[in-house]
Amino acid sequence: MSDTFTLDGKTISFTEGQTIMQAATDAGVYIPHLCYLPELKPHGSCKLCTVKINGRETSSCTMRAAAGMVVESDTEEINSQRRALIHMLFVEGNHLCPTCEVSGNCKLQATAYHLGFMSPQFDHFFPIRRVDASHPDIWLDFNRCILCSLCVQASRDVDGKNVFGLSGRGIKSRLIVNSKSGKLADTDMAVTDKAAQVCPVGVILKKRTAFKTPIGERTYDKKPISEVPDTPAKER
Amino acid sequence: MDTPVKKKLKVATASLAGCFGCHTSFLDIDERLLTLLEYIEFDRSPLTDIKEVSPDCDIGIIEGGVCNAENVHVLREYRKNCKVLIAIGACAYNGNIPVYRNQFPLPVVLEEVYHTGPGLANGLIPNDPELPLPLNKVHPIHEVVKVDYTIPGCPPSGDAIWKFLTDLLAGREPELGHGLLRYD
Repeated sequence: MSDTFTLDGKTISFTEGQTIMQAATDAGVYIPHLCYLPELKPHGSCKLCTVKINGRETSSCTMRAAAGMVVESDTEEINSQRRALIHMLFVEGNHLCPTCEVSGNCKLQATAYHLGFMSPQFDHFFPIRRVDASHPDIWLDFNRCILCSLCVQASRDVDGKNVFGLSGRGIKSRLIVNSKSGKLADTDMAVTDKAAQVCPVGVILKKRTAFKTPIGERTYDKKPISEVPDTPAKER
Repeated sequence: MDTPVKKKLKVATASLAGCFGCHTSFLDIDERLLTLLEYIEFDRSPLTDIKEVSPDCDIGIIEGGVCNAENVHVLREYRKNCKVLIAIGACAYNGNIPVYRNQFPLPVVLEEVYHTGPGLANGLIPNDPELPLPLNKVHPIHEVVKVDYTIPGCPPSGDAIWKFLTDLLAGREPELGHGLLRYD
């Protein structure tokens, strides 16, 4: 049996147990998000998918749909909050798109484009973060990490390897590699692991594959993120 | 009452810690530059070689971030004399490539560039008083002066620059849609 709620005035049907995000995605309506992937358990971390339900704000990736809900998403008020979140992500890391091999396939960048984010105006942190190139097939550029924790989840829940973890609190939170040396080479991570496919930005990168797709033919060159279904990074 | 006179807007441009790629991209508007010149005239700019910004400039367009004392001086001069200040290109709004040096202390950078880097003779770190002193860190321009607008990109395409400026000249809030809004 299918029930309905309204999303920005549009009637959306859902089945029992579906979240607002799932029902909206099935109906072809895009809600901006960074830490949500359909095949992993939603955890409501990034807050980009925040919507207003009957006047109260909540993460649409974790909220179950209920009949008769009135949901607002694509409003100036909510989009301006989303731009503020994106803004903070950009200044807290070192996001230099022109030098990044994921540029054009990056969800952070594409989401910022979707929201019409022109440029950061806050002071940049310019944090000092390291790069780990120890693994033969994968390298890690922590400069671009947005702490979505999708790799942590994929490695733990899908690969059964527990390669990644988040360490520290608040602004000191960071992505770490779970090996004695802290190096990726000293884990059993393989390039075929789910954890190597889920990074929405340019942290987990496959060696010897950079800049293969010319500018103009990358995923979000062709279509805005709102028109590209969620796919693992490998297929993007 | 005075009859309103249609006055051309004065536009000044500068490249600070940038590569002149944004200025080159500006020229990529090609023959539309002639149309633009019906509405604007260039003041201080690498395109005119005028050395001072006129005090009544309407629009200042700044390429590049701030990496030395002269950049700060030039930027403040533009801000003081331009009603609207626009940051053009990634270096101006997030520092871009030059900020890679921010992770090292300046003495270490100078030491490596002039002394310890491979293939160098035993040179000196330049200290001619004519040379502007480098800042400890490279900064986006909005960390030094108020910036009114940005045209993102590295560089923004000629089409993006054209769209942005024509929106602005027409009194619309500049908007770059899919394909024109780019950070790379």
